[in-house]
Formats: sequence, structure tokens, C-alpha cells
Amino acid sequence: MSELLVSRRRLLGAGALGAGALALPAWARGADLHGNESIRPGFDEVSGRDIALTIGEGPRVVQGRRGHAIAVNGSVPGPLVRLKEGQPVRLAVTNTLDEDSSIHWHGLLLPFQFDGVPGVSFPGIKPGETFVYDIPALRQSGTYWWHSHSGLQEQAGHYGPIVVEPAATDPVQADRDYVLLLSEFTPLHPHTIMDKLKKGEGYFNYQQNTWTDDYPLSGEDRRMWARMRMMATDILDVTGSTYTYLANGRGPEEGLEYLFNPGERVRLRIINGSAMTFFNVRIPGVKFWVVGADGQNVRPVEVEEFQIGTAETYDIVVEPTGEARTIIAESMDRSGMAVATLASRPGARASVPPLRDPPLLTMADMGMNHGSGGMDHGGGDMAGMDHSAMGHDMPSQGAAAEPMGGMDMSGMNMRDTSKLPSDVRIGPGIDMVSMNPVDRMGDPGLGLDNVPHKVLNYRDLVALESNDDLRRPSRQMEIHLTGNMERYMWSFDGKKFTAVSDDPIRFAYNERVRVKLVNDTMMAHPIHLHGHFFELVNGAPADRQPQKHTVIVQPGGSATFDLTADEEGDWAFHCHLLYHMHSGMFQIVTVAPRGNQPDVKRVGED
Amino acid sequence: MRLLVAMLFVSTAAPAIAQDHSGHAMPSAQSPAQTECEKEAERHRAMGHSVPEGACAPKAQPTEPAQDGHTGMDHSQMDHSQMDHSQMQGMDHSTMDHAKMEGMDHSAMGHKNTQQPEQTTMDHGAMGHGTMDMTPIPEGAPPAAAGSGPPRAADAIWGADAMRASRNALRTENGGMKVFWFQGDRAEYRAREDSDGYLWDVQSYYGGDTDKFWFKSEGEGAFGEQLESAEIQGLWSHAIGPWWDLQVGVRQDLTGPERTHAVIGVQGLAPYTFELDAAAFLSNKGDLTASVEGELDQRITQRLLLQPRAEVSLSAQDIPELGIGAGLDSVELGLRLRYEIAREFAPYIGVEQEWKVGQSADYARLAGEDPSVTNYVVGVRFWF
Repeated sequence: MSELLVSRRRLLGAGALGAGALALPAWARGADLHGNESIRPGFDEVSGRDIALTIGEGPRVVQGRRGHAIAVNGSVPGPLVRLKEGQPVRLAVTNTLDEDSSIHWHGLLLPFQFDGVPGVSFPGIKPGETFVYDIPALRQSGTYWWHSHSGLQEQAGHYGPIVVEPAATDPVQADRDYVLLLSEFTPLHPHTIMDKLKKGEGYFNYQQNTWTDDYPLSGEDRRMWARMRMMATDILDVTGSTYTYLANGRGPEEGLEYLFNPGERVRLRIINGSAMTFFNVRIPGVKFWVVGADGQNVRPVEVEEFQIGTAETYDIVVEPTGEARTIIAESMDRSGMAVATLASRPGARASVPPLRDPPLLTMADMGMNHGSGGMDHGGGDMAGMDHSAMGHDMPSQGAAAEPMGGMDMSGMNMRDTSKLPSDVRIGPGIDMVSMNPVDRMGDPGLGLDNVPHKVLNYRDLVALESNDDLRRPSRQMEIHLTGNMERYMWSFDGKKFTAVSDDPIRFAYNERVRVKLVNDTMMAHPIHLHGHFFELVNGAPADRQPQKHTVIVQPGGSATFDLTADEEGDWAFHCHLLYHMHSGMFQIVTVAPRGNQPDVKRVGED
Repeated sequence: MRLLVAMLFVSTAAPAIAQDHSGHAMPSAQSPAQTECEKEAERHRAMGHSVPEGACAPKAQPTEPAQDGHTGMDHSQMDHSQMDHSQMQGMDHSTMDHAKMEGMDHSAMGHKNTQQPEQTTMDHGAMGHGTMDMTPIPEGAPPAAAGSGPPRAADAIWGADAMRASRNALRTENGGMKVFWFQGDRAEYRAREDSDGYLWDVQSYYGGDTDKFWFKSEGEGAFGEQLESAEIQGLWSHAIGPWWDLQVGVRQDLTGPERTHAVIGVQGLAPYTFELDAAAFLSNKGDLTASVEGELDQRITQRLLLQPRAEVSLSAQDIPELGIGAGLDSVELGLRLRYEIAREFAPYIGVEQEWKVGQSADYARLAGEDPSVTNYVVGVRFWF
């Protein structure tokens, strides 16, 4: 065995020195080498000029729980699609379901008609049909993923990872290169989950405040929350009460392991492929470096934990020591976790710490303050910062981390609709208006502002390479994230997609726009724009603002990005929480055709 | 630390050469930091590593290349100010694995890492705040060119006919769903002094977020006797606020004298999470009555709930044939303790006290009934 490991290590090392082609060992991906009829956990790998994928369905068992799965090439997650920067690829996708299906290539820059959103970019893939995504030479490298954009199929297992190898040498060098795709399994049909959410009563939340709970809430706090008709424990809509959290398709007891030899550097490409879950990822006792966000290289940031929103990806580099280390991906509400092990020999295990206490929503999440860390101006990362986007009218600090801080809340209007711009439609779909929506991109995420170690936040992210469009935005716009918890309505600007399906958000070709997302709800929303990368206006210099395809907007706060609208066509723009999107938090972004305008040559382009 | 050092940031390596600012006059404000940096560079050189000249060059202003006199230079690769200095404090170079550092490019490491992370030591002059464009970016409508494309880009590629079905499906799927809900709020056996009885109180809706068809039915009786009362309501329900629905429709009484009522009411969630249902009824005989129901779910544990409940009936006039007196007609107060085996299925026990009031009480006594009745109830609350 050790001989095999050595030779594999050499092979891996050779790959790293060359094109960076790192073959993932099958066992590390959880692929079952003995095929059987039920859906396999883990994934194979597909690559080359032509790739064939088949969407199917079947029974699935996770830790003894049975459910129905939609799977691509027979596994959940589906195969790792390995591509190469600068090379074109044809992906032939065959749908064997008895309903329409699709694959969206999440994070890839491509012609909009191959983006894979039925009703926006193409008609979808009919039962029995094969659709060929003919994607020209790839303009990027990094970690991405793919998933269905039809109905709620993504929840049922229709997703998988993408790795695009760089054409040049990868700036991130590691001895081992692994994918960790986080997701959920539920025995419930996705439509059942949608139905329960609509009918309400905190259906999946078994961490509600009660007469007998241990939450640090005073009687006054509890009455205040009750008066608002909201719950301080409303952290995630769907929880571990139905979900088993998965690491590469495996439940926490199913023992996903990544082998390493002491002294090796391990790159983990972490993808949140879940439908509804924010994860807190950590390797207890180990510091690691975040080197990539949403597929784009960033300057290494040393952290001990980070929160990853649905659809985000982070690449980390870790140098594990000891016999084994546990990788914990705890759901944000701490109702469950996905678990994997960094093991120096097969079967080696480290202890798995228990779930931490569930967090509570705070004043900041009501839009009354800013999260701790929001004013972290240390370290000189203010250069090039656009102060106008930072909201210098921030209120005084403090009380953010306290559940209520004992403030007298009487007489406060939690739904002052006069604060909303005129293009927001005021109606039953809005149950709250953030009183003071400050920039919360310095916030590590719900429940992580008081942990005793360094947690990543968006202001830590700095692009490794220079951005290609250094123009100052010619205009700015504001989009409000709106919702009603009780009715389970979610929308942009108070208008569900049903109300605006013929009224997209329009951009001129190559227009550079600053977009501020204001969250008028008490939930965090991971907002995803298809077909583009936008740059977070996070205090990094203008040329190093990190590029992302998905941005979390913290409850009651705002997040701002600069967008160069240079990918013509229609693109989906939505909250990546599946049931929020399905409830209406979806829009189409239209980028006008290039027409006769010259193709803009930018920094970094050939 | 070794990790950072050993990672090769090839993309930033090349421009290091292009960073040579030796030919330019540097603002004097930058010299302290530069000195610190140079010291650090010297230490590295002493360690045997190559540190390119100019590695300590200050950050330029890539957003305003024309203003700083460095026109034409590629400053975009130069910014070292973003290194997380707080992480690099106390860096112990003695523990570095020098064997792995061959060919290391120090320029990618950010040689300003000796700079103290405290904001007070930050040299704002060097950060170029003076050249920052502080004028706000204008808000406004998209330029005319934004509307230059076809309204539906995919139609031009796949054809409008091919796209139609998926467009319609997309609209329905993302916010257009309709929901059917049926709830037995109370379905119970009632033990009381005379003959034991039963009660049902169910409601159901079908529709979207804003408009729904709402069905309600309530009735009770004693075992072995005719139904005491029973009614059904069919209502159009329209959301008038985040928590409130306006309901308008018809109520049909199924017992006693033939009565049909027009109904107008509101149902929803009041502050402190009281569930309220208030309605006024105008009968085909011209009688005006009203009722208000309120419930409050109090969680004792995640599955055990205590639910106080109150119902008040009112009448604008005496209706002797129905035993209803003008004013306050009746009051019910109940307390139910239920256990959610599942959210959808929760058996309960409880007690409910009913009072006929005023003229209604007199009518009851005339009919030989007790105007005050205590019920001990066992039932189940369910929904699907």
C-alpha cells in the first residue's frame, strides 16, 4: 500500500510540475468502483473535446435513509467535468427523465444560448432528447460546478463539479488536488419541501425558541421578536431535520477521506452545491490558506474557518499534520454537518467535534446596525476604496453581537416603506424594510462574529491578478432583496419574477455599472449573476477587487459590486437558495448586443 | 508561513521587473515605509534570497494613471498594500524551510509586511487618497443603448415557438405556484355534564400568494342527537398586507332556520403572533352578526405547545329564533396542550368554557339549557 502511495505521490507531483493535471484518486472522490443499480455516491471524471452526460434517476440510500435521486452518469454528485483553459468543448447531454431537464455551467463564461437556463437561454432538454452545448475556447480557469436549472431537480442530486485547468502554470501549487462538493440529501421530494415551506409554521426548524430553551434571550427580547412576528432562530429555512449533509455525496458517517503524506500541501476545491445550506467550513486545529474564490485566484488569506454560501466555491491550501484531521462543514444553523477526513493512511480518523450552539439573529440582521468586523479598516486595505460605497453614515458600533443588547425597541418601525426607492413595489411581499442597510461585506456570516479564531470575510479577498476593466462605473443602481417569511414570498424590489418576466434588468453592451444589493429581509441571500464575473467593491484597490459570480448579502445589510456588462444576451439573476428562487427571487439580466462596437481590449487580454 | 513562501505566484512574478521606479521621483511621504521595506529586503538578501530592485516601490494609482505621471507603466500588477499584514506579524523567518525556497519570488510576498497593521501608522499620503475620485457615481436609468437588443435574445437563436413553452414554465415555476392546504384546526371529542359531544373546525385554501379561494366549516353536536350547528363558508381571500388577508364571500348555515349570509372579514397574524380571524355576517333576513377568533401558539418544547384560544360572538339585534341576543352573544375561552408527532399531526387535550351572555343567556335558560358549559376536550390538529 505504501508503495502505491509513493508512486501516486510521484505521479501527482509530476502532474503539478507540468500542466497541473492532477488525477484524483477514485476513492477520494467517493466513487464506487463496483457498479450497482442504485445511484452511487461520489463521482467519476470526464474530460476531452467531446463529453457525454446522461441525466437519469433512481433510488438512493444515504446512511440508511431512502429517497429518490436524479443523477448524471449514475452518481450523485455527477461526474467531475475537467476542462482546459483556451480549449473548446462539446458537451452532449441526454435527458432520460420523463420531464424536461437542463445543465447550467455555473461560473463559466460562454455564449448565453449555452448557459443552460430553460426559458432564458434555451428551450431546455426534452425527455429523450440530447442537447449539445458547443462551448468555444474557455476564457478562464478554476473551480466551478454544474447543476440543473429545471424545476427543483438540483435538490434531488442533479449537480457536479467542474475544474478548468489553467493554460499556463497554476499559481497555486500543491502536492494533492481534491474536490469537496457539499450538498444535501433528503428523503422528501423537493416539491414536498416547497409545499411545507409555503404552508409555514417553521416547518423544518426544530431549534425554535421555547419556554425551555437555553438561548441568551431576555423576556423582553422574546416579546420584541414576537411583536415583530419573526423568529430570532430563523437561520435556515430547511435544516438538518430533513437533510443529511453530504461531502461528495457521502453522509458524515460514510467516511469520505482524502489521503495525504505528512509534509504535503493539499489543495481542496470546496464547492457549495447545496440547494439551501450555508456551511461553516473548518479543520479544527489547523490554519489554512484561502487561495481562490468562485474560481478566481485571490491573494492567500490565512484563516481557520469560512462560511460558504450556496453556489460559492473556495479553493484552500492546507498542510495537514498528524495522523488525521477532520474537515467539518457545519450548516449555518448548526443542525447538522458534512464530514470528511484528511487521512495520512486509509482509515485514519481524527475526532469530530460536536455541533456548536445554534446562533441567533441580531440587531444587525434587522438592519439596525452593522456586523462586527464591518469597520475593520486595519492593515491598510483602504487604498483605492470608494468611500461613497461604504456608507460613512454608519451608526456607532457595539451591540451587534448581542442578541438584542437590551435596547428599547418600542416605537420602532420595522417596515418603514418610505425608505424604499420608488421602483420597489410595496405590498404583501415585503414584511420588513432594513432601517439602516450598511455595507456588511466585512461580516464573516451569521453566528461567526464571536468565534475565537480568524474567519474569512469578503474584505479579506483581493484578486491575485489585475482586473481587466479599470473604468469607473458610469452609473449605479440599487436592487432590493425583499421577502415575506410568513407567506414564504421572495423577490427583487418587491416584484416576483411572475410580475417582471417581460421587464428585464437592462445593460448597454460593455456598460460598467455599480450595483448595490440591499437586503430588506432577515435571511442571508447568495445572489448569483449568470455569465459574468462582477467585482466586489470591498475596499480592495480598484484593480484588485475580487471577481465573483455569487455574493452573499447579509440580513438587513448591503453588498456592492461593479459589473462590466460585456457578455451579450439574456442571463438569469437570482437568489441561489433554490426555494427562494422558486418563490420568485429571480430576474433576467439583458445585455444589449455588441453590434458595431469594437471588441474592447483590456489589461491581461492577448 | 512556509506555505505562503513556497507557493509560486507566477502571475505576479513577471511584472516585478516592470516595477522599477528608480527613474521616478518618489514623494517624500513614502520614504519611511520604504525604509522599513528596504530593511526587510536587506534581511532577505542577507538570507541569500534575491530581492529585485524596486520590490519596495510604493503602490501606484491604477485608477488614475494619467494623473500620477507614470503614464504607460503597468501599475496594475504592483499593488502590495493588500497583503494581510495582521496575519504576518511576528513572522519567524528562522523556521522557514529554505530548501524549498529556491527560485522564490519575493516580490509576490508583499515586502511591505513589516509595516505595522495599526491604522494610526498608515500613511494616507502614500495611499493616494488625494487622487481618489470622491464624486458619487450618478444613479439613473440605463442608457438608450441598453434597450437596443431584442426583448428575448434566445428567440433569435432557437425561435420564439421553441422558447414559448419553457418561458411560460419558467414564469410559473419562479413565483407562480399555487398551493392547496387543508387544516383541521380542531377536531375533537367534548366531554361535558350532560351528553358528550363533538366539534369540527376546519379550513382550506387553494391559490397563489395574493389571491386564494378559502373554505371554512365549523359545526358541533351531541352524540345521539341532531347537529346543534353547522356552517360552511366559501371566500375569496386577497392579501392586503404582509400578514393580513381580506376575505369576502358567502356562508351557508346547515342547521336550524334556513340562513345564508354575506361575509366580509380579515384573517392573519397580529403582533405577538396572535392568529386572528374576524368576520361580519349579513343574513338573508337582514340580521347582522360578527365573530372574532384568536389563537396563540406557545412553544414549551420543540414539539409541545400550549394554545390559548378565545372566540367572541356579537349581534346587532335580537334574533330569537336563533337564540341570539343583541350585543355580546357568547364568549368561549379554551386552553389546549398539543404534541406535534409531526408538524402536520398533533393530538391535544384541553378545556373550553362557553358562556352565553345577556339576552342570549336568557334565551338559553328559556330553552332549558345551561348558558355556561365546560367542555373537556380530546382531539387532533392536523393539516396537509
